[in-house]
Amino acid sequence: MADPNSLLAEALQVIKDSSDEKSLESLRVHYLGKKGTLTALLKSLGQLPAEERPAAGGRINAAKTEVQQAIETRKNALIEESLNAQLSSEAIDVTLPGRRQSQGGLHPITITIDRITSIFETSGYDVAEGPEIEDDYHNFEALNIPSHHPARAMHDTFYVSPGTVLRTHTSPVQIRVMEGGKPPFRMICPGRVYRCDSDLTHTPMFHQVEGLLIDENVSFADLKGTVIDFLHAYFEEDMPVRFRPSYFPFTEPSAEVDMGCVSCAGKGCRICGHTGWLEVMGCGMVHPRVLEMSNIDTEKYNGFAFGMGVERLAMLRYGVGDLRTYFENDLRFLQQFN
Amino acid sequence: MIFSEQWLREWVSPDLETQQLIDELTMAGLEVDGATPVARQCSGIVVGLVESVEPHPDADKLSLCSVSDGTESFQVVCGAPNVRAGLKVPFAKLGAEIIEAAGAKPFKIKKAKIRGIESNGMLCSSEELGLEESSDGLLELFPDAIVGEDIRSCLQLDDTSIELDLTPNRGDCLGMIGLAREVGVIARKDVKPLDFPMPVESITDEFEVRISAKDACPRYLGRVIKNINLNCESPLWMKEKLRRSGLRSIDPVVDVTNYVLMELGQPMHAFDLAKLEGHIDVRFAKQGEQLELLDGKEIELTPETLLISDASKPVAIAGIMGGMETAVSDQTEHVFLECAFFAPLAVAGKARSYGMHTDASHRYERGVDYQLQQTAMHRATQLLLDICGGDAGPITEAVGNLPEPIEINLKHSSISSLLGIQMDKKEVRDILGRLGFGLAADETEVLRVSVPSYRFDVSIEADLIEELARIYGYNNLPQTGGLGNQCLSSKPESHIALSQIRQQLVALGYQEVVTYSFIEPSLADMLFPEQHGVSLQNPISADMAVMRTSILPGLISTLKYNENRQIERIRIFESGLVFERSGDEIKQTAMLSGLVSGNKMPINWSNNKDLSDFYDLKGDVELLLALGLEADKYSFVSAEYACFHSGQCARIEREGEVVGYIGALHPAMQRKLGITGNCYMFEVKLAPLQERRLPAASALSKFPEVSRDLAILIDSNYTSSEVLANVRENAGEHLTDLRIFDVYQGDAVAEDKKSLALGLTWQHPSRTLSEDDINTIISKCVNGLQDKFNANLRN
Repeated sequence: MADPNSLLAEALQVIKDSSDEKSLESLRVHYLGKKGTLTALLKSLGQLPAEERPAAGGRINAAKTEVQQAIETRKNALIEESLNAQLSSEAIDVTLPGRRQSQGGLHPITITIDRITSIFETSGYDVAEGPEIEDDYHNFEALNIPSHHPARAMHDTFYVSPGTVLRTHTSPVQIRVMEGGKPPFRMICPGRVYRCDSDLTHTPMFHQVEGLLIDENVSFADLKGTVIDFLHAYFEEDMPVRFRPSYFPFTEPSAEVDMGCVSCAGKGCRICGHTGWLEVMGCGMVHPRVLEMSNIDTEKYNGFAFGMGVERLAMLRYGVGDLRTYFENDLRFLQQFN
Repeated sequence: MIFSEQWLREWVSPDLETQQLIDELTMAGLEVDGATPVARQCSGIVVGLVESVEPHPDADKLSLCSVSDGTESFQVVCGAPNVRAGLKVPFAKLGAEIIEAAGAKPFKIKKAKIRGIESNGMLCSSEELGLEESSDGLLELFPDAIVGEDIRSCLQLDDTSIELDLTPNRGDCLGMIGLAREVGVIARKDVKPLDFPMPVESITDEFEVRISAKDACPRYLGRVIKNINLNCESPLWMKEKLRRSGLRSIDPVVDVTNYVLMELGQPMHAFDLAKLEGHIDVRFAKQGEQLELLDGKEIELTPETLLISDASKPVAIAGIMGGMETAVSDQTEHVFLECAFFAPLAVAGKARSYGMHTDASHRYERGVDYQLQQTAMHRATQLLLDICGGDAGPITEAVGNLPEPIEINLKHSSISSLLGIQMDKKEVRDILGRLGFGLAADETEVLRVSVPSYRFDVSIEADLIEELARIYGYNNLPQTGGLGNQCLSSKPESHIALSQIRQQLVALGYQEVVTYSFIEPSLADMLFPEQHGVSLQNPISADMAVMRTSILPGLISTLKYNENRQIERIRIFESGLVFERSGDEIKQTAMLSGLVSGNKMPINWSNNKDLSDFYDLKGDVELLLALGLEADKYSFVSAEYACFHSGQCARIEREGEVVGYIGALHPAMQRKLGITGNCYMFEVKLAPLQERRLPAASALSKFPEVSRDLAILIDSNYTSSEVLANVRENAGEHLTDLRIFDVYQGDAVAEDKKSLALGLTWQHPSRTLSEDDINTIISKCVNGLQDKFNANLRN
């Protein structure tokens, strides 16, 4: 009968030398399989005298267990080795840029309008839109600007035909909303407007956001609160806001709104013309005649309206220097907002 | 309007510094646009008396003068042509300083030798004092100027010209007395009353005045002034006040009318009496009448134009400008002064219709005080007599239909409900009273207020409350946290917000642009020849003359603009209205358009440099169409349209209705426009894109899916959508997916054939589909393809 110890020593050596899982498996079959050499030793135990059998069996079984463990250990080592080899062979330069579509983005005008409307939407204002080619009635008459009114000279109007204009403000949307519904109203209308004027500070097309609130017992104090809250929310800054008497035919009283310059904190700089104030919007209590023309019961309802220039707000918020760049659409300019 | 602060202070002088005054005006609604000192900063300049003048021994054009400052005499060399003995002029003594512009270094007067003769100071022109841009001689001071007095106090040079940007409702502030009234109420100071001397009427000559247009001309005053001497100049104080109000001195008659215009806000006109025939008639023009105006412009009058005519001809456009023929000239001996009230509606818009804008039309359009004409006529007459002498006749007054005085009930409770404050009744009376409103004596809840004849902007209660708020100070009014009513608004789920569609495009790598709604007509005609655009009557320029019928011209121009700046990969989109004329109507439709050019993907270290093509863009559009959960309602139909490539253009239909187009830009257009890159674009109507089906879930089948592939050979002119439709017809109700996974044309198939590989998947809701079930369906599909397209299975 062969010596289990010499067999064990041999087995441990070849297991240690094996270089892959496949050869390890054949070693397992060779030593531990049904016809394996260590298994054969066990089978040959019968040839030994009965009193020697337990001790010899014990030795053989111990050798089998040791071989079994050696194979396991070697197997784990080989798996780890091959994983390590895979990991190192598959290593890449993770600093190379990702493979992707280009970065898209919204125009700063849209970003600004979205920001304004989202602020008002939290207070229950709906968004309304209207036509850009507008009739004289909605653009002027219904807003208390009859044909010979000097205020018409303030609107350099584009005409399509004598009674049809490119809307000069978003205020006609107010009228259309009031005509088409019943108070109370809370709405905001953003959109393109047109004036026949083109220079450093004017483009013939620009954007406004108009707001309207009609309800019972609305006062100038509500208008002031709304406008101030909005400006603070929009600029994320509690700058001072002041109201100056002004004139719009469709509001009474009317006001221009100035806010403390966000660039110099009111100290005076180039952006605010060294006044410390920036003119940002117009507003007022809706003129009773405007309400009457739109069949709103002025005994019961009144309200306020306000309007602001989108380009101006975007300029102040994002530091755009030249109004005309908005419409040149140089992608290098626009991508600064993405 | 520009005014002199000192002039204002002659009427009312509040305890306010200039800057405070400016701020107060602005905060009361009279916005100050700018303020400039009326003269240069200077010191050491006094009123000098030229005692004697002798020629300079060594220079023809220089004089040697002896100038007194009241205590001493100085030798001064002077080059001005108008220097003469007895003249009082500004005299800059040795050590005097003049600062030519804010921040500049002062110019110092030093002892100098001019052509060998010592000069101890300088005699000044108005240019040197900064009163005028240029002048050609010494500033001649008035004879009673006090020799030795500082020139700044003599000429009241510590004054500021303040420019107001008045809103059109405040015509009443277009004169010093109106402004003074405002300042009076702001500062709660009393204003000097209007109290001009009555001129002496030394003759009885009158010129007849008739009013035919009684509504348009409610009041017309005329006065004959004979034997005036126009060979004189307006006094310096008047010229200075006019100058500080932005008006040039012309001649005494014009200066006097301008002075009254500035002082009282009342436009006036003077005719040469000798040129007038018969009588004055205020009437509307007759068709075809012509008039040569003072500025030399010859115009043909329209029948809506209110006219001043004499017995035979038009002599002025009422309230706008006088005629040339009857104008006062240096030959004039007798004048006829006009002082009228023309109704704002009769004047409004007329000047603009003739391309004019005058100080008179500016005021009449906004409304002139219709009770002021007597006062203004007296004031102008006296000033004219003082300057030019002459004999004034009596005033001739003709009256048409004067405006009805307006009375308003002011409820005290309205003030608190509109403004949110309790205003003291006494304060209400004080503010309105100082503004010139008539107030009923009794103090009840309702105050009866009569509107003064100069306030054309006040007719309802809200107008009065605005006046109160304005003077009380908008910034002193309270503010609330907005209205408390909760307003939860439901947004319909069946509507996709434009912002979501935009976000989808942004996620696909598109940049939004905003282009003008008006485009170049030739570009519109070239790209969309069959659409009827809407033209502007008064475009700002020829290349912005027609409203867009499509957003694509704007996107193509944007492509070109960026290509010119070496940007080669472009993915842009825009949404907005397009405008099309159909019959008498103008259709305004919201569209969404996109354009791609350049590579599929941005330049990267690994990918290939394939150019974007039709299918890349189509894929993006399909994702947009899928937002509404009803992608299967859309179909792409081969089409030829406008500026698209005829072989690469599809009409996008939603259940048969055309909703848009997609395709390549026509190569001919591309060449004409000089676009170098590839260019694919789409345009779809927004409305259908924003419709969304409410999702409806159904139970999933528990049984396995079965898939089969079919490869067929087919004539290449059949479209894939035809093939798919045919397969779908035969593939039974349990087909859950059908897709084309390969298209092959090339060497391995005949030239006019293509190979299509189709993948089909089925699933039955309640059982496992058997091999037999599938084989039956497949042979039905294959037979269908054979019958319809003569297609064969490929092996």
